[in-house]
Amino acid sequence: MNKDLAIEIRELSKSYDSVKALDKVTFDVRRGEIFGLIGPDGAGKTTLFKILVTLLNADEGSAQIDGLDVAKDYKEIRTRVGYMPGKFSLYPDLTIEENMEFFASLFGVTVEQNYDIVAPIYSQIEKYKKRRAGRLSGGMKQKLALSCALIHKPSVLFLDEPTTGVDAVSRSEFWDMLFNLKEQGLSILVSTPYMDEASRCDRIALINNGHVLDIDTPQNMVDNYDLQLFGVKSNNMYELLKILRNDSGIANCYTAGEYHHVVAGSGFDAAALNQRLAANGLSNIDIKTIVPDIEDVFIKLLSNEQQ
Amino acid sequence: MSNNDYIIEVKDLTKQFGSFKAVDHISFSVRRGEIFGFLGANGAGKTTAMRMLCGLSYPTSGSGTVAGFDVIKEGEKIKRHIGYMSQRFSLYEDLTVMENMELFGGIYGVANNELKERAEDMFKRLDFYEERNTLVGSLPLGWKQKLAFVVATLHKPEIVFLDEPTGGVDPITRRQFWEMIYQASSEGTTIFVTTHYMDEAEYCHRMTMMVDGQIKALDTPANLKKQFNASSIDEVFRLLARGAKRAE
Repeated sequence: MNKDLAIEIRELSKSYDSVKALDKVTFDVRRGEIFGLIGPDGAGKTTLFKILVTLLNADEGSAQIDGLDVAKDYKEIRTRVGYMPGKFSLYPDLTIEENMEFFASLFGVTVEQNYDIVAPIYSQIEKYKKRRAGRLSGGMKQKLALSCALIHKPSVLFLDEPTTGVDAVSRSEFWDMLFNLKEQGLSILVSTPYMDEASRCDRIALINNGHVLDIDTPQNMVDNYDLQLFGVKSNNMYELLKILRNDSGIANCYTAGEYHHVVAGSGFDAAALNQRLAANGLSNIDIKTIVPDIEDVFIKLLSNEQQ
Repeated sequence: MSNNDYIIEVKDLTKQFGSFKAVDHISFSVRRGEIFGFLGANGAGKTTAMRMLCGLSYPTSGSGTVAGFDVIKEGEKIKRHIGYMSQRFSLYEDLTVMENMELFGGIYGVANNELKERAEDMFKRLDFYEERNTLVGSLPLGWKQKLAFVVATLHKPEIVFLDEPTGGVDPITRRQFWEMIYQASSEGTTIFVTTHYMDEAEYCHRMTMMVDGQIKALDTPANLKKQFNASSIDEVFRLLARGAKRAE
């Protein structure tokens, strides 16, 4: 066992009937790291979380948390991990305060005793502590769930899509809280379908259909993007897309907002493309090079896989 | 009568729950064929506003028309003339793809032969033919969302309301979804869409930003970035939403 690792995952597989939810997943989360699991719904993120927090057994492979085996040492692991499931799982009929006390008592601690660890988050909702959890807004539920997951001072935190359906500002504030926890020494495994959150992680794994496409720092992933990417826009974006699809100098193209993203094929010539588009009746044409982001990386890896 | 260039025209639309103004005097117009983004923080009043525009909720005050019908007096007619796709998947999981289309086609009064034609066209376009007899519940999320869009536009509405249509969908499918939106828009359908993906605002012709029940900005994404001296819509959103007083 490696003392620098908070989580060690080796060749983990899990199937539901004929569906392979996880297919030989292998990666490590280092101590004190925020590790992001980035992938769409159905990628296998929740299954992986459930195995790691000992709620589900894997079919094959192994995983260790803090050097403890998820199958053999599940009792010990449960005292060391904090888990915030994707679905709101607190008691809606209990108040904020009662939920906190309940989770503290499950782990044999009191809220007062461990107040310091939850304070930065809990203090934001504490003035509503007599309010029932079921009557809270999405953002407040999220803060309460995180507080409950932290009250027993876990060393590894598992957050399954904590920001899904939350607006951009609240999401950004949530990531500030995670960074704060990391500073206090927690190791964090967090999943998200929002690729823009990848940049807030130390390292990320891109996951799709139960297997890991790539693992690296977000910056390295973008730096290692080896295709030539261009942005193209015009007065009519749908016509433009159809024309680009049939252009022989283009390997791939997809919508991306103001500009369509175009992966250059062999012999790509921006000036010649501009002329061809104009000849097709398009106007206000602009072609520029694009710095890829995590979504472009993900699309490249998915396209490779589908071929 | 409404101006024919605009499919939505509302003035001072307000919805009050007790003393709480969920939507506070919003006024705006949406052009026919436009892709119109409706953005704002959680709790800003987007859903309440959208429900009033869809004829699902009765405004406390204000006036306006959607698809030529009065938002105060003709809610029922509005419902029949719009398409709506909600953020939670809204098809029947225990029915097949085709059965869902027949059900919703029937509800919207689409004639049988016409429905068949549109289904065939859709199966071909989306490469769905193999799945026409598959239970919707066993389809991947991205497919369901695309199907939900097709079903929401089966009756060829002049305008379709999409409430967070792409949440949780993989990047390739998300882009295919936007391609469907572009296509519908190029065929003249107006798209009214909410999203939490700020990069998706860039797909829209024009967009609004709602804060505390009011519309704080309305323009093209490019002009908004210029106006707020921001490099992205995400930044514009932060500048506006940070000033919000309402904590959801």
